[in-house]
This record gives sequence, C-alpha cells and structure tokens, in this order.
Amino acid sequence: MSAARPVTWRGWLLTETPSSRRQAAWGRRYRMWLAFSSNPVAMLGLVLTVLLFLCAAAAPLLATHDPAAQDLANRLAKPTAAHWFGTDELGRDVYSRVMYGSRVTLGMVLAVVLTAGPVGLAIGCMAGYFGGWADRVLMRVTDIFLAFPRLILALAFVAAIRPGITSTVAAIALTAWPPIARLARAETLTIRNTDYIAAMRLTGAGPFRIILRHVAPLCLDSLIVRVTLDMSAIILTAAALGFLGMGVQPPSPEWGAMVATARRFILEQWWVPTIPGLAIFVAALAFNLLGDGVRDVLDPKQR
Amino acid sequence: MLVEIDNLSIAFPTPTGLSHAVRGVSLRIGAQKLGIVGESGSGKSLTARSLLRLLPESAKLTADRLTFDGIDILRANERTMRDIRGKRAGLILQDPKYALNPVMTAGDQIAEAWRAHKKGSRREAMQKAVDLLDQVRIRDPARVARAYPHELSGGMGQRVMIAMMLAPDPEMLIADEPTSALDATVQADILRLIEDLVSRRGMALVLISHDLPLVSHFCDDVVVMYAGRIVERLRAADLSRAEHPYTRGLLNCLPALSRPQPSLPVMVRDPAWLA
Amino acid sequence: MIDVENLSVRFRDIEAVKSVSFRVPHGGSLGIVGESGSGKSTILRALAGLNADWTGRMAVDGVPLVPRRDRAFFRRVQMVFQDPYGSLHPRQTVDQALSEPLAVHGIPDGEARVRRALDEVALPGTIRFRYPHQLSGGQRQRVAIARALMTEPEVLLLDEPTSALDVSVQAEILNLLADLQRRRDLTSIMVSHNLAVVAHLCPTIAVMQLGEIVEMLSTDDLRAGRTTHPHTTALRALSVELQES
Repeated sequence: MSAARPVTWRGWLLTETPSSRRQAAWGRRYRMWLAFSSNPVAMLGLVLTVLLFLCAAAAPLLATHDPAAQDLANRLAKPTAAHWFGTDELGRDVYSRVMYGSRVTLGMVLAVVLTAGPVGLAIGCMAGYFGGWADRVLMRVTDIFLAFPRLILALAFVAAIRPGITSTVAAIALTAWPPIARLARAETLTIRNTDYIAAMRLTGAGPFRIILRHVAPLCLDSLIVRVTLDMSAIILTAAALGFLGMGVQPPSPEWGAMVATARRFILEQWWVPTIPGLAIFVAALAFNLLGDGVRDVLDPKQR
Repeated sequence: MLVEIDNLSIAFPTPTGLSHAVRGVSLRIGAQKLGIVGESGSGKSLTARSLLRLLPESAKLTADRLTFDGIDILRANERTMRDIRGKRAGLILQDPKYALNPVMTAGDQIAEAWRAHKKGSRREAMQKAVDLLDQVRIRDPARVARAYPHELSGGMGQRVMIAMMLAPDPEMLIADEPTSALDATVQADILRLIEDLVSRRGMALVLISHDLPLVSHFCDDVVVMYAGRIVERLRAADLSRAEHPYTRGLLNCLPALSRPQPSLPVMVRDPAWLA
Repeated sequence: MIDVENLSVRFRDIEAVKSVSFRVPHGGSLGIVGESGSGKSTILRALAGLNADWTGRMAVDGVPLVPRRDRAFFRRVQMVFQDPYGSLHPRQTVDQALSEPLAVHGIPDGEARVRRALDEVALPGTIRFRYPHQLSGGQRQRVAIARALMTEPEVLLLDEPTSALDVSVQAEILNLLADLQRRRDLTSIMVSHNLAVVAHLCPTIAVMQLGEIVEMLSTDDLRAGRTTHPHTTALRALSVELQES
C-alpha cells in the first residue's frame, strides 16, 4: 500500500499515510475542500458570496447608469428596460446604485468584522484564560459597552469625530466586539481547565502562545456563527447611522441608507426600498451559509 | 427463564455501511447473578440495554427472540416497555452524579419512583423511601432522605440510586459498571450490598463490567464478550479454568500484588476470535 | 532528585494536602496510592507547577522550586495525564502535538525527532498526521507519553496513566513505561488508586489518606503484607481479595 507512490494528484492528496508535512497539510486542505463542497448549502453560500464580491469589483462595468446622476423628471419610475429596477426619489437608477452600493456596504461589513472579530476574540480569550483581576477589568469594560444601546453609542462616537465611512466602520466595530468577547470568554473558561491546556502549560509555552495557538482556534466555531448572524445587523446599523446623517454621506450609494430613505415609498413604489433590501438579505444569507459551512469543516471530527 | 435472547444483533449505520456492535448473541437469564465482561466496544452494555430497549436512536436491533418474562421486547409498544423499565427491571448506571436529579432530595426521588409504580399517599411514599435507604445500609436514612445529591458522596449517591431502583420491587437489576467511578473500598461495599439484596429478594442480576476478577467474585456465571460476540461462558468459580485465549489474556495481563513480574504478558489478538 | 518537605496545598477552605514530605532518589520511582480526595493528584500538580497555591519546600535536583516555573524547568520535568481523551488537543494532529514542545524550546531537527519519538513509544509512522479522535485510547496515551518525552526530561510525573484504559491496553502501557524508565534513567512519581499497578512499577510506595501520607513502605514489604497502618492493610486486603481470588 505504501510502496508505490500514488500517481494522481488526488491520490497524493488523499493518501492515508502522507510522507511529509507538506503533503499532510495539502491533504488536509483538500479534505476540507471535499467536505465543504459536498455540502450544497455551504456551496450556495460560497457561490453567492463570490458573486457579491464580483459585483462589487465589476460595478463600473455592470452598472448601466451613473449612480449619482439625477433625473427629477423621471423620479420613482417603475422598472423598465432602461431602468431595470426603476428609479428612486431623485430619479437615480436603482440597479446601478445597488451595484455601486455593494462596494460600500460589503466593504464596511468586512472592515467591521475584521476589526471587531479579532479584538473581541483577543479580549474574551485573555479575560477567560487569565481570570482574576484581568477578567474582572476586561469584562466590566465589556459590560459598559454592552449596556449602551448600540445605535446611541455609535452615534455618540461618530458625532465626536467627522461623519464618513471610516468613522462609521469604527463606530460599528466599537459596538460589535463586546458580544464576541463575552462569547469567547465563555468558551475559553471551558477550555482553560482541560488537560490538554495543562499539558501545553507544561511544555513551558507562555500564556500568549497558548491563547493564540490552542485556545483561540477552538473559540472560532461559535465566533463564526455569531459574526455571520451579526452581519445583517451591522448593515442595518450602518443604514441607521446614514439615515441620521452620521454615516455614509450622500450621494454615495449604500444599501442600508437606500432602504432607510425609501421607506416611505414602500406602499406605492415598493421596488425602491425592496431592491436594496433584497440585496441586504442575499448578502446576510450568503455570509450565514458560508460561515456555517466553514465552521463545520474546521472541526476535524466532522470531516 | 426470565430473559431469553436468541441471535441478538445491534448495528449502527455509518457512511460506509452498517457497523455491527453486537453480533449473534444468545443468552438465558433466570434468577441468577450473571456477569457480562468485556473491554470497551465489546458490546456488553448494548446487549444489556437492549433488554430495556434503551439504545441510541440510530441503532438497528434484530433478534430471533428477545423476551422478558414472555413479553416480546422487539414488538412491545412503548407503554409495555415503560412498565418493564424501572418497575420490573431496574438499571443502575456508572455515575450517580449524572443519574440523580440535582434539584430534588434523595428521599423525594425514591418516593417518586415508588409512587410511580405502587400508588400510595405521599406520606406513605416518604416512609417507604426512608425504609429503602435503611435497606441499602445508610446509617442515618432520615437525614440522607432530606439531602440533595451534591451533598452526598459517590458511594452514598450510588446507594440512593440502588434504593430508587429497588422501590418498585423489580424482578431484575441491571448494573452497568456500577462501581467504576468509586474508590476500591466503597466499590466492594456497594457490590456486596447489591449481591446481598439480589440474593435476599430472589432477583436476577446482570452485572456489566470490564473487571473480570471483580465480576467473578460477585456473580454465579460469567459471560465474556469480545468485539460484539460471546467468546466464553463459564461458572464464576471455574474462572481459573477458562479456556478461551481472550479470557486467559484478560486475566494474565493484570498486574498482581502477590507476585512481582518483570513485565506483563501482552495480549495478542487472534483474528480467528472474530470468526 | 526530588525533595518535598512539609508541602501543603489549600483549595479555599479545604486543606487538600497536609504537610507532606518525601524524597525520590535519582533514577528512582515513587508510587503514591490513595482514594479519591486523598490529595495524591494535588501533590503531582503542585510539583509540575500547575497549581501555585502551596507552601513548604520542593526541590528538583537540589534546585528549590518557586510557584512560577521558568522554561528550563519544563524541559526537565514532564507529566502524563489520566485521561488520554482529554489530554490531547482535539484540533491538532499527532505531528503538531509532538512538535509543539520542540517549537517552544527551540529544539532543532523537529521532523526526525518526531519520527524517533513515535518509534520509541512503538507507534507506527502512519499515524503521524492523524487527529486524536482517529486513534484508540491506548494509542492516544502513547502519543501523550511521547509528547512528555520530546524535551528529554529527567523527571516524569504520571497521574493515573492507565486507569482510563482497558486492562489489556493497561498492560502494554505499563510495559512501555517500565521500559522507558530503564532505558532513559528517568526519575518518576506515579499516582494511582490501583495498588497492584503502582506496585508493578515502583519499588517504594506512599499511601495517602485525607491529605496525609500515612505510610511509606517498600513494594516488597507491601507484597509480603508487612504493613503497619490500617488503611494500607485494608487497601492491600481488598486488592488481593477482589483481584486475585
């Protein structure tokens, strides 16, 4: 069985007895991919996510109109051949705005997740692992952030600095990390007292190495689920900020703001708020499905 | 015979087909003390639990015959099974910590077990509970009856479990590793207690364990299981004359206090045992 | 090699270990037996540096131990845990588990050492990239032992290393430990509730009850029944009666 070197790439990747670390690592990745691709729901999430990012990247090519060009004579028009999704209250093409808006919205969501995720994870893991006064201080800070209503905290933060995309991202990230930290701490508390962490301590590894390499990866599961569930809330918070004049500034198109401003037309000109709303729904769903799939393949027992 | 099992098989579906955990086991159990011994994965617990139909959801159970006092367990409805479980056959599990309700006192739990099957007043039930705690040789039964499970030691908790199982006067007691979580001194006490109660009440006992010498000490007959099959059955007194190499291996690989050995004999597993 | 004097360990209001003293010579091995709650594992964890709330004096090779150990200490003293299911990280392959101590101590030549370590505990090289859940209990315990030996320690602490295993696997692991002890000239302390297991590996035995060592005796004396404390006598009687009748 081990004598003849498997000739195919697949055979090389899937062998039960890899001969080197490199082969084992690639085999592991390939197995992850096999497990992931055999899950149709996760694949749907991946395809949708890729499509969304393609839309964002190719927005100038896909858009049929200038997203900021107003045409007051043709405001709130029904979907037609010229305006696929109709026009909004200033006569701007909804389809083009949704395409361009994907850049702003997806960019903001990603930026928030990539800042709040690691920060929350780090704070939660440290609080849980060290315990004692570190835990008390970090968790009381977290509680203070949690105690403020999300929107008020973000508003106060944006108001204190200049409104814009960067400050919106920072403001939302500021409100998004505390639940993540709470979750990571709870997970860490159960991991901290296991024998395998004790064994790691006995190798002489420092606490930060243990947290980074051994505790944090185990917290990722629940973190991914939490964050993907949070994504639509992030989009809506951004919209609310925009609506209150504190978020992304007009005329730059942003899905949440588009829904918020077009709310009053929902009965007569339903397409104006519905189309960006659908975009938010699709994006949130795609991230959710993708996150669930990724979480499943991260656990070697599931593969 | 109280229990008759013919050609019992239990299998679990896996991605690559059915995996057989118990294969073709046949047993007769009367009013005797039977030990089922085997290592992890031998199917000893599954075999015993199939009598109460307490198997994982996905398990596929088949048998030519599986009866408890003439009742066909394979075809019995859930109502009949509930009547057997607890009332006619009690099950004692390894760790009382997980088997007792943490927010009810020991006495209440025993009283409830008694009332579920015997119909009587609350006062009567509580009196019976204290009485049962006395029977499992708890020194201050009235105090223990008022205690919550976390206030009891492991051995005490196991005694409460046994009292609970005895409440409806069952005809059979299944003890699945009842003492593995306990200290050696407590272990012996509990097993002696079980043995004594079973003998006195004329009940059948099925004692499941991985510890062959221990089981043979407390049982009349011993069945040795390996990989889902019964490889040997013998009188407990004849243990030293066991013939199957697996049984011999189980006995030989134990370090003995009375004689020093430079190294322990290691069991060589013969594929023929699986045939 | 190991000197412990008046070691006491407290958990909040309970004194789990009460002023315990013993010494283990270089290359020797001490067995500690006792029932649950007797404090035997607590001694081991205090020695290993996993519990810092102790008082008294402990020294390894003449060097006094402080509550916070440095990295060099962990190169010399290692521990094997009771539950092989819980002592291996569920998301790491055998290769990763064995490489970790090398990475921490900056020991070069990792791949060859991992291969040699697997060889030493008689595990086939084919399991090197497996995850713990793909191994049997005995194989996992072998991996845990291999991990403890990666930094070539002089002292090995064994906390009930076989009590979660089947008896046939227990025999294999006990043989492996005896073999390693001889070959590597290890000093070891083994904790167990099983008198026969401890007697098999250790020439000297300490019997603990309620946080105190009630008797220290040689295994020969124990085998011959020359016990003085009633608790020792009772434990021995049970072991002989229940296991060897």
